Order: sequence, then structure tokens, then C-alpha cells
Amino acid sequence: MIETVHISDEAGLVAAVAAAATEGTGLDIAGHGTKSGIGRAVPAGRRLDLSRLSGVTLYEPDELVFTARAGTPVREIEAMLAAQDQMLAFEPMDSGALLGTPAGAGTMGGLFSCNLSGPRRLSHGAVRDHALGIRAVSGRGEAFKSGGRVMKNVTGYDLPRMLAGSFGTLAIMSEITLKVLPRPQTQETLLVFGLDPAAAARAMSAAMGSSCEVSGAAYLPAEIARRRGEVPGEVAVVAFRLEGFAPSVRARRAMLISVMTPFGGVEVLEETASRGLWAMVRDALPFSGTGERAVWRISTAPMAGPVLARLLADTLGAETFCDWAGGLVWVLMPDAQAQAGAVRAALQPQGGHATLVRATAAERSGDVFQPLEPTLAALTRRVKASFDPKGILNPGRMYAEP
Amino acid sequence: MSLRLPAPDEGVLARRAQIIADLSAIVPGEGVIFREREMKPYESDGVTAYKQLPLVVVLPETTQQVSRVLAYCHASGVRVVPRGAGTSLSGGALPLQDGVLLGLGKFNKVLEIDYANRCAVVQPGVTNLGITRAVEHEGFYYAPDPSSQIACTIGGNVGENSGGVHTLKYGLTTNNVLGLEMVLITGEVVRLGGKHLDAGGLDLLAAIVGSEGLLGVVTEVTVRLLKKPDVARAVLVGFPTSEDAGDCVAKIIAAGIIPAGIEMMDRDAIAAAEAFVNVGYPLDVEALLIVELDGPEAECAHLLEEVSRIAAACKSSTLRVSQSEEERLGFWAGRKAAFPAVGRLSPDYLCMDGTIPRKQLPLVLSRMRQMSARHGLRVANVFHAGDGNLHPLILYDANKPGEMDAAEAFGADILRLCVEVGGVLTGEHGVGVEKRDLMPEMFDAVDLAHQQRLKCAFDDQGLLNPGKVFPTLHRCAELGRMHVSGGQVPFPDLPRF
Repeated sequence: MIETVHISDEAGLVAAVAAAATEGTGLDIAGHGTKSGIGRAVPAGRRLDLSRLSGVTLYEPDELVFTARAGTPVREIEAMLAAQDQMLAFEPMDSGALLGTPAGAGTMGGLFSCNLSGPRRLSHGAVRDHALGIRAVSGRGEAFKSGGRVMKNVTGYDLPRMLAGSFGTLAIMSEITLKVLPRPQTQETLLVFGLDPAAAARAMSAAMGSSCEVSGAAYLPAEIARRRGEVPGEVAVVAFRLEGFAPSVRARRAMLISVMTPFGGVEVLEETASRGLWAMVRDALPFSGTGERAVWRISTAPMAGPVLARLLADTLGAETFCDWAGGLVWVLMPDAQAQAGAVRAALQPQGGHATLVRATAAERSGDVFQPLEPTLAALTRRVKASFDPKGILNPGRMYAEP
Repeated sequence: MSLRLPAPDEGVLARRAQIIADLSAIVPGEGVIFREREMKPYESDGVTAYKQLPLVVVLPETTQQVSRVLAYCHASGVRVVPRGAGTSLSGGALPLQDGVLLGLGKFNKVLEIDYANRCAVVQPGVTNLGITRAVEHEGFYYAPDPSSQIACTIGGNVGENSGGVHTLKYGLTTNNVLGLEMVLITGEVVRLGGKHLDAGGLDLLAAIVGSEGLLGVVTEVTVRLLKKPDVARAVLVGFPTSEDAGDCVAKIIAAGIIPAGIEMMDRDAIAAAEAFVNVGYPLDVEALLIVELDGPEAECAHLLEEVSRIAAACKSSTLRVSQSEEERLGFWAGRKAAFPAVGRLSPDYLCMDGTIPRKQLPLVLSRMRQMSARHGLRVANVFHAGDGNLHPLILYDANKPGEMDAAEAFGADILRLCVEVGGVLTGEHGVGVEKRDLMPEMFDAVDLAHQQRLKCAFDDQGLLNPGKVFPTLHRCAELGRMHVSGGQVPFPDLPRF
């Protein structure tokens, strides 16, 4: 076990990083550690635990904004927002079931740093799209701020959005300011059964190209429909979520049924069942309890996703399902082998990126994130060095150190 | 004008003829402009008070030409200022005497429209509205709508992270760009993102959108297309005080409603707009709100009732719901004409662009009235109330000695006030040269050093658009070594503008 330093305020964070920079000690940065398994293995000499750097410093529901310290539990934030009928619109994933960590754990810092968004990313954007401001400590051991607390701000480079999804490799957030949105009054889900992957892609494209304002569109192949109680029936299903004010949802249901006419009959899941289905999609529950089998998360052009998923199933024996109207493909490999070469080769003609979100330590010593072409790789290294010249922040977590 | 730009490099000025010849070999024909009369249209952007002829204007047509021009400039130590349509309201495209003005106007093609994946691939010189025009026959549109959308280019929108009146619901440019191709100052070409969501790797797309031409030259943009809402309807509501209007906006949002747009105008702006376009704005109110709702017909009808009920409960003195598309456009005509309308009241005006937490509006308006008296200049206000973006229009006469300086001082005071109440210097116009020297009001030396080091990762010689955004030029080697303590930079003798 490496030593752990508990951080409880920004000054402590500055001191800890400055000391590590002086010594050249690599830091493994964690909140609750629920997502420590995502990314390449970090050869760190010390762990920084930010879970005590917790608490909400600002919440103004009328202005759709809050600020929280990085170690604040996501669950606390969601409860706080729910009490005001608001939400994190990007629909954060609870990765516990997938990664074998406690359910309902995870901090705002971890959520922000991994930029892991759920089904509503399709219509409402990712974590980074809701990022307004940050306070952070770079690898130089210096505290800095960027952005602000207002919705519209172009003062200086947009570092908050860039730091979202940087897996703690550029700076350690101490405080995060996010935009929130009202929670929809109601929701329901429309299901279309028995479509093959190509038809599913067309159906989802038709729905997204209509004015039905779909806020979730997923394709669940027959194997998953059979196994999961959230999905009625035994055949492949396309699910569409409609959310909003009740009169609007009613009207859009009628519109969507009409848009789906060429694709077959529609079944409606009422609110509670609808919530259950989207929680399953969000948290990748079809893959929970599958032990050490490798899991990929692939972002590609929406029309390409379902067919790519079928190809990976047929050629590699993987199980798959699609979110984001086909643009997000979840892939469960038959065993612990990630088969990165085969997965990336299948993706290559479509464009996009594949991330190995669950794998053994051995598999994670290779490329977990999509390899970059040389010019972009060099630029990425320069950006990393500009924030963290000694390479002490989550060294190697995204890319191998040169 | 008191504006200072980086001192020109005498060596570059001396080599001008050779540089023109070399660039002409890369971009043949009429793509290189160097005669003073022909360069005149490029001497300023939307901030016409600042003028500077460039060393030479280059108008490339291909990514390869851009790459070769930048590689040449990099190798020869020549500065480069990128330019789209030149509509910047912050002087972001102001040329440098020793710099190449790189115009992207010839990159004006829509390369691909992919309705099935709901995106379009366009060249940076395509206008913002041009994208919507190319797809509207299929019922799609590109959401961000800066008021200059008829002229401004998508490349410029990427540079400035442009917004518009619908940003609360539909986001800024950064939320609507999926990918881009960009040329670094070295001439290397980089592609980020594509037709998929979340670009992958470090989110460099986020850094580039809004980087004001300091990080690279964008040569292709993939934007997200949206289905046009079935209907849009607007409510025009007058209030006896700005507090009541602000309260109404807060209550609409608290009711879970995100309108497509919420605009507020103060008494002076209302009067100017009504006198100009005559659309029936009430003149006996202190604040006027335009609340626009869009979406399926049933939703709009439901929300119009809700908004009308909330407005009535917030002491509104007048309320009109648009009964036709013509009437809705009429409501907007006054708001959209606010700038030229105010322009009729005064020979010149300065348009400011701060953002504030909305609840601070009454305080900001009252402090602004005091400043107005102190500076002896009038101010009218239009306000994107949904997202807190405030556009005070300061009225002055450039021909009266001292008035322009007074207007600039008044504007700076307003922006300081925005920062003081928790807001920012610029919501959508960019820092450019206009707000450059106010950056320390919002950021300390450590904050700025972290931004400038990012610049160094892209452009280590500081050749791309120097003199914009940052009040002090640091050499990258110094920034790399720089250890800042207590917010103080250790090199007080470095050049500051």
C-alpha cells in the first residue's frame, strides 16, 4: 500500500502538490476511488484522497447554478437539486455496478474528471457542456481559477471544459461550478420491437430528426431484452424517452408513434418503468456481475453504432447495446481479453473513439484511450507539460509517459 | 486611441517585399494583397475605432495553403492575425503592422450535410446563417444565432465561442461543435472530434472554441444540426421596475421553464427601439421582457399560460401574447433593432458585454445610473436575462473632445462592476484588444500564467494573434520557469501594453 494524504482544504492541496513536485513523487488522485479502475494503471508514490474536501459553497436554484468542492458526493448534490426540482442534466452514471465498487458512491471531482455522461447526453450535452467554472491546483503546486458562475462567459480560454474529462492529469479540481436544469415533470418511454441493427439506426435517426424532442434513445439487442426485467419481451428493442410537462409529453407521444409507423407498433412504458429502464442503460447494468470480462465504451457516428455493435458481437463474441441514438456502443467482451486491436480495427472505418473502461491491470498497461495520431499526441504532451511539467499528476493515466 | 499593440519587428518590416514574394509563391494570383488601397477594407473589424494596416493580406483557399503559409511564418518569425468576416466586437481581428492578416473568406463551402447523423461539415468562411440556409428545407437549423449571423462566419464563431439570444436553452458555439480541422502555427494539421459525441482524449476542442485565434487556424468545422421547433411564440411583458422584471424571470425558471429566449430592455432602450421600428412597445414601463417559447404546439400553449400567470403575479403592467408569426417577429424587431435605434440617439455608442448573476441586475442598473451621472454620458441597456448577459450601450460623440475617452472609462467601470458582483468581463463578444487590459480585474497573475502556458503549448513563439486577450506578453521560456507567489509576477519589467 502506498501512503495516502487526506486533503481537507485548498491550501492543503497546494502544499501536497508542491511537495510532490519538489520530490518528483507521482500522485494518484482520488475522491471515493470509484473510477480508479478507468484509465491506465498509475505508478504513483502517494495517493491524494480528496473526499474530505467536501461541501456546497453556492447553490442558487433561480440562477441554475451551484458550486461544490471536489470531494462532495454526487449523491448529496443530486439530493440537493432534487429538493428544488432540479437535476444534473447530463445524467451522471453510477459506475458502481459495472466496476465493482460501492453503489451510490463517487464525488463531483471524479465525475467531472471522467466526463462520464448518461443517456441524456444525447439531447442535453455532456458534463463538460455544463461546466461553468473551476478552482484547481496544477502540477506546479499553484492554485488557479478559470471560468465563473454565469452561463455566458468567454473571458479567456475555456479551461473548465477542457479540464473536464482530463482524468486528473492536468490539474486537481478543488471546486467545480456547474449549470443545472429543471427536472422534467414527467417522463415515459416508447418501445419499438424486433428491429435489426440497420433498421434500429434508421428508426433512431428518424426520431431524432423529428420534433419529438427525444431525450434518450437506446437499442437493446434480444440477449439483453431476454435477460433484463426492465425490458418487456424477448426480442431486440429500441427505446425512446420523452420528458417534460405532461401536456407536451402526451402530444409528443402521438407524434412519435406516427414517426415510428414504418418501423412497427409502439408500446408505452409509464413513468416508473421508464425510470428503471433508463437507469439500466445509464449504469450499464446489463454488464453488471460479469466479473473480469473486459468492457469497452465506444463513441461513434450514431448511424454507424448499431451495425458496429452487431459486427463486434458476431466476430468477437461480444455482448453489446447502444445508447445516444446509436452513437454510444457498450461492449462486453467474452473474457478478460480486451482484444484492442480487433475492436479498434472494427471502429476505424466509422470514426470515433473506443475506451477500455473495465479491464485487468495487465490489459490496462496498454492503450486504454484511443491512440492519437503523432501530431495530436505531441500537442497533447505539450498541453500536459504546460500544466504539469514534472509529470506528477496521475502519471500515465491517459497516455504512456514519454 | 490609447490602445497599444506589440511593438512591430523592424526586421520583419524591412523584409516586407521578400515576404510578399514568398507568400505569393504559396498562394498564387489574387490571394496576396499588399497595396495600401486594397488592404484598406482589412484595417479594422467590428470595432472601427481601432485601425491598423497589416503587413500583407493573404487569402488562402485550401488547407494545404494555410499550412504552408503558417509554416513559412513560423520559420520566418512573422506574426499572423486570422480573420473571418471581420465582425468582431472586441477587436479580435485587428491587424498588426508587422503581421500577415490571414483571411479565411474563400473557405466558403458547405462540404457535407449528413441529416441521418444530424451534422454538417462546413468550411470556416461559411456564414452562421448560411449553415441554416443550407439545411432549413429539410426542417433543420444550426442553433447559435449571434445577432451578426447574416455576416459572421462559423470560423469566427468558433474563435469567439459566439452565443446569441437562445443560449440558455440551446447553448453556445462550444455546445454545438462536434469536430474541427485546425492548422497549428508550425503548419501541422490536427483533426479533433468528428460526427461522434465527446471528442476523445484531452478536450482540446473546448480550449480552441473561444480561443480568439491565438491557438490555431480552423479550416473545417463539424456542427450539430437540430430539428427546427414546430412553433415559436412570444410574450411581451412590461413592468414598473426592473426588480419586478428580474423577479419574473427568476420565477419562470423556478417553475421549471427554460424559455428559448428571455430578453430585457430598460426604459431608454425601449424608447429608442419603439421610435425606430414602431412595433407597439409600451412606453410607460421601466422594463420590458420578451419571453419566447418554442417546441411542440401543445407545449407552447401550456407554457404560455404558465408564463402569463407568473408575469401577472409579478406585477406586470402590460402583457401581450403573440397571436401570429408576424406579431412574434414584431416583438423581436424592436429588440433586434436596439443597437441601430440607440445609434440614432447619438453620433456614436460603445456596446459593452458583461455577464452578471441575474439577481444583481437591480444593483448593477442603479450603480450604472450613478456612473452615468459621474461620466456625463447616457446609457441604454439590453439584457439577455436568461443567461445574465448585459449589453449596456454608452452614448457619446467622438467629435467632442474627451468624450470617447470618457465612454471607454465608463465602459471599464461597468465591466469592473460586473466582476465585483460575481460576473465576468465578456459574455459573448470576446476579450480581443478591447477588454485585454481589464483581464487582471478578473484573473490574478497565476490564473493568467496557466492560460498563457496553454498558449505556449500551441504556439511557443507567440506568433498567432499576439496582443489580444492577454495584457502582458511573456516569453514561453519565462512562463515555464515562472514561479508566482501571492499572485505577483516576478518579472515586473516585462513589456506590458
